[in-house]
Parts: sequence; C-alpha cells; structure tokens
Amino acid sequence: MIPTSHYLFLAAVLFTIGVIGVLTRRNLIIVLMSIELILNAVNINLIAFSRQLASVGGHVFAIFVITDAAAEAAVGLGILIALFRNRDTINADEIDLLKW
Amino acid sequence: MTFYQITFYFFATVMILAALLVITRRNPVHSAIFLIVTLLCVAGLYLQLRAEFLAAVQIILYIGGVMVLFLFVIVLVNLGVVVGQERFNRQWWVAGIAALALLVELGVAFYLGREGLALPTAPVEALQPNTERIGLALYQNYMLPFEIASLLLLVAMIGAVMMAKRR
Amino acid sequence: MAQLVDLLHPYLLATIRVVVAFVILSLIVAYLAYAERKILAKLQVRIGPMRVGPHGLLQPIADVLKLLLKEDVVPAEADKIVFLLAPIISVVAVFAAFALVPFAPNFIITDVNVGILFLVGVSSLGIFGIILGGWASNSHYSLLGALRSTAQLVSYEVALGFAIVSALLLASTLSMRGIVEAQASRGIWFVFLQPVAFCILFIASIAETNRNPFDLPEAESELVAGFHTEYSGFRFALYFMAEYTAMILVSCIATVLFLGGWLRPFANTATFDFLDYTPIVVCAAATAWCVVEALRTNWRTQQFVLTLLALGAAGMTLLLLVPAVLAATQGVFWFLAKVFLFLFGFIWFRGTFPRYRFDQLMRIGWHFLIPVAIVNVIFCGIGLVLWQQHDWPYVPALWVGNLGTLLVAVLLLGRRS
Repeated sequence: MIPTSHYLFLAAVLFTIGVIGVLTRRNLIIVLMSIELILNAVNINLIAFSRQLASVGGHVFAIFVITDAAAEAAVGLGILIALFRNRDTINADEIDLLKW
Repeated sequence: MTFYQITFYFFATVMILAALLVITRRNPVHSAIFLIVTLLCVAGLYLQLRAEFLAAVQIILYIGGVMVLFLFVIVLVNLGVVVGQERFNRQWWVAGIAALALLVELGVAFYLGREGLALPTAPVEALQPNTERIGLALYQNYMLPFEIASLLLLVAMIGAVMMAKRR
Repeated sequence: MAQLVDLLHPYLLATIRVVVAFVILSLIVAYLAYAERKILAKLQVRIGPMRVGPHGLLQPIADVLKLLLKEDVVPAEADKIVFLLAPIISVVAVFAAFALVPFAPNFIITDVNVGILFLVGVSSLGIFGIILGGWASNSHYSLLGALRSTAQLVSYEVALGFAIVSALLLASTLSMRGIVEAQASRGIWFVFLQPVAFCILFIASIAETNRNPFDLPEAESELVAGFHTEYSGFRFALYFMAEYTAMILVSCIATVLFLGGWLRPFANTATFDFLDYTPIVVCAAATAWCVVEALRTNWRTQQFVLTLLALGAAGMTLLLLVPAVLAATQGVFWFLAKVFLFLFGFIWFRGTFPRYRFDQLMRIGWHFLIPVAIVNVIFCGIGLVLWQQHDWPYVPALWVGNLGTLLVAVLLLGRRS
C-alpha cells in the first residue's frame, strides 16, 4: 500500500508547479491551465484522505471541485475571448491599463 | 516492488513531467496536450485509490469537457501571432522564490502533522460500491451543495455565453 | 525471473483476450467497409465491388495495401509531431474502449464497476484526435471541419448520455455485464421497455460517428474532406479505421444496453431452444453459398478462393456440431448478430437520407434530442416509481412513461422554430 504521505507530497509538488505557472507565464491561456493543475492537486489530496479514512465525503467534495473547475474554466475562457476581441492580445504584460 | 508501487511511481513521474511541460511550452496547443496527459495520470491515481466513479468523472468532465473547451478557444482565437513572444514575465525569479517558500511551508506542515498521516488505513469496504455510495451521499447528506452547484453551473453557462457573444 | 512471471501471470488471460479482440476487430472493420459498399450498392440498384476476389470479397485487402503504399504527405508549416499524433489518438481511444465490451458471459477483457461510464469517457477522447488533426494540418478547410465536427460530437454526447441513463435506470448498475444480466433476469430486452431512448441512442450514435445524415464535417462535396483533408496513405487509414471502429463501438453499446447483449431471443423460454442451432444453420448456409458460387463462376482464382471459403465454413459447421463448442459460441454469435443488425441500420440510413446542413444539425441536437432525452429520463423515473411504490405491473408502468415522452417529442416536432 502506498502511504498517504506520498500522495500528499505529489499533490504539493503539482500545486507548486501550478503556482509557478500562474505567477510566471505571460500567455493567459497557460495561466488558466495552471489553475486547473492547482485544482487537480487539491483533488488528489481529497481523494487520498478519503481513501485513508474510508469516507465518501472526500469523493463528494472532489466532484464539487471538478464541477466548479469546469464552470470557472468556461467563464475564464469567455472573459479571455472578450479580452482578445477588445485588446487583440492575451499577453498578461500588455493588459496594464490600470498600472500607475 | 508491488504492482501498486510500480503504477504509483509511473503515474507520479509522468504527471510531474507533463505538468512541468505544461508551464514551459511556447505553443499553447502543446501545453494543452500535456495538460491532458497530466489529467489522465490523475485519473489513473484515482483508480489506484479505489475511486472509480471519480476517475470516470475526471475523464468525461475534465478531459472530455474542459480540455475540449480549452482547445476550442485556443484554435478559435488563433494564437499564431503570440507564439513568437516571450514565455515568462520579468518577475519570474520572485515567483520562483515564492513557490519555493510555499513548497518548504507545505513540507513543514507535513512534518508537523506526521502522526495524523500514520493513522491506519480504514478498510475499503466503506467506499464500495462506489457509485451507489456517492449517489446516496449526494442526494441525502449533501443535497444543498448539489443544488447550489447546479445553480452555479447555470450561472456560469449564461455568463460564458454572454461574454463570448458578438455584440 | 520467477518473480516476473508471478507478477505478470494474472494478466496473461487478459492479454490473450486483448490480442484476439484486436485482431478480430481489425478484420471486422475492414470487412465492414466492404459490406457498406455492397449494401449501399444494393440500395442504389447496382452491384458493388465484384472484381477483386469472388463478389469482391478480397477488396478490403486491396484497399489496405493501396493505403499502405501511398506517399506520405505532410503539409508544409504543419506541426509534425501533433500531425502524427492526432490519428493515433483517435484510433487508440476507440480501440481502448473495447476492453469493456462484453462479447459473451466469459469474454470480457475487464469488467469494471463503472463500465458504461468509462466507455463513454474513453470513446470521447477520440474528439482530441479530430481537433488536433484539424489544427495541425495548417489548412482552413481542416480547421473548420474539425471545429464543426467537434461541436457536433460534443452536442450529441449529451443526448447520448441521457439515453444511456434511461437504460441504466432500468438496470440499476453501471457494470456492462450487470446490465446484460439485468435484462436476463427481467426476461425482456430494454428496447421493449424504452423504445424512445433506443431511438435517441440510435440518432445520437449516428451523429457521434459522423455518419450520414450528420456527416457534413467530412463529406466530400462540403469542406473538401473536413479534418482529414491533408491526411493521405496510412494516416488516413488510421482515421478511417477509427471511424468504423467507433461505429462498431456504439453498436456494441446499444446492443448491451438495449438489445440484450449476448442473450438469445426469448432466452428464458424453453420452447424456443431450437434457436440455439442458428449458428450451425448460418455456417451451413455460408458453405452452400460458397459451393454454389464456385460451381457458377468460371474464373480460376475465384473458384480457388471460394473453395477455400467453403472448406473453412464447412469446418466451422462440423466444429459447431460438437455441443460443447455450440454452447461456448452461443453468446458471441447472438452478440455479433445484433451488432450487425445495428450496423445494417447505420448503412441503411446512409443510403436513404440526404445530409443535414450544419445549423439544422445543431438545432436537432440542442432543440429536439436533448429535451426529449431529459424528459425521457424523468418519465422513466415516474414509470419506475409507479411500479415500485404503487404496485403497477412492470411493463405497462414503463410504457406509460414512454407515452409521455412521445407526446413531448411530437409537441416539440410540431414547433416551427
């Protein structure tokens, strides 16, 4: 059996990779994809603990996380399309009208 | 090496490699393909954790729904012009330090909580049959979040359609 | 070494089944293309391929050789790796789904608890083959065809899912073997309890596999050839194989869910036990046809091939006379018979209907099929509640539900929107 700590460490590494992607990349689509990585890391955590404690609540929570991730991806991509139509760029560094 | 160990290390290695490739590719379609690989590895890990309904939901919803949406937008928005630009922004070293700090923090949290992780694994019969138990939990104990999630999906659907429409 | 054998030994039987299923499936796909040409020809009052082999029976082999030997063209400026990867994704997704199909009570490669869910999920991975192939071809026609095809697939997947749910409500299990066993224990195939769901599944399956009348994204007179415009030679053969294997897959899903899988018609009645001898009759008829054709033709090569086929069919007939072999092949025979019935329906539709325009196609999916499918699930639930809690008899309770759905469908059809 794989101890739960292995799964938690794997989820932590995946979470960190996702955070680096969100903070570093200029292309907004890659930023959205990194957010999906973060949500998947959270899901791995939930399912690992749900297996250890044999409770189905972790599974239910993970289903809700997947549902919310789908909704957020849809809205985020909608915003991105509107942004591209107006500014003709999806480079995060060029969307800086609010900068002082 | 037992079968579980082989599959766990295989899925874990492929997942981390693919995740690293997601955040470093120049072409967003390549990033999307590697994200699909990552999500497939996560589904494999769910199967190993005896969460078969969730593995199936991950494949159908995440890969078959969210990633198709991503690929649609990448292809429609026609990002050929952005491929030649810089990948990382100017403050990438700040992000690196912050992520490293986060990883160290998570490691410390695991270390401090290691007694809780050493709890014996409960028998898996409480999770089987998986789909029936999830269905019962969703419709009996967690009915309110279920209804709220359906409302949220409706709002997201309307919002996405309104955002992406041509005025 | 002994440790390796110990590790791999439980998977030996599954590996043998995988190899057998893969080989047989590839042969069936090749001959399905030939059967489609012959049946379409019959529908259009002409004869199909007749030259290559007796009655064109060796035509698929000629086709495969041609496709393998064609020049492999990769468009300039195309993304080479993704261009290579896309047909592979399509083929792998569809073939992987066959691991869950129960051909017979003892011939299922793996019986997962959530079998039908995995089947829908894995076969929907083929969408990536289409969209990546269209994008990687670096051509406008390919991209438009890929986007249209993906939009169509994603839309009809919802209706397909709801039609599957209607059957699952009756089976109350997600495992593929469990669904067939539920039909065996009820004594009635689910198609007689949920005919509307069967029709929705049929129509959605035609749209899911990009077949006529829903084949605008890949029809020759439309966008050149849609997403596989730039593919030639073996890569096109991979897409072609993926499409026909997807046809067989959705036929297998429909057979398991609605037509009773490996069950003989009237499986629980003893008076129809004479139907058990149908495989022998079919093989004997094949032998007789081969012998008659061999005597009629006067081409040496055709006589040779027909004699070989007659010997093979005669061997099978004699083999089936052994009761143990007959009992073992019962399940597979009835399963394949129902799958071929479904495939014949697909080919018949192709030869009969004109093509739908893309906006008509999307309107049918979203404005008609999805509402009817959702209403069908609701009314199926109402029927089940009537049976369980108000003690109605089983079959009439579900037919009441179906009447409700038919009413809604007719009302929706009458709207001119």
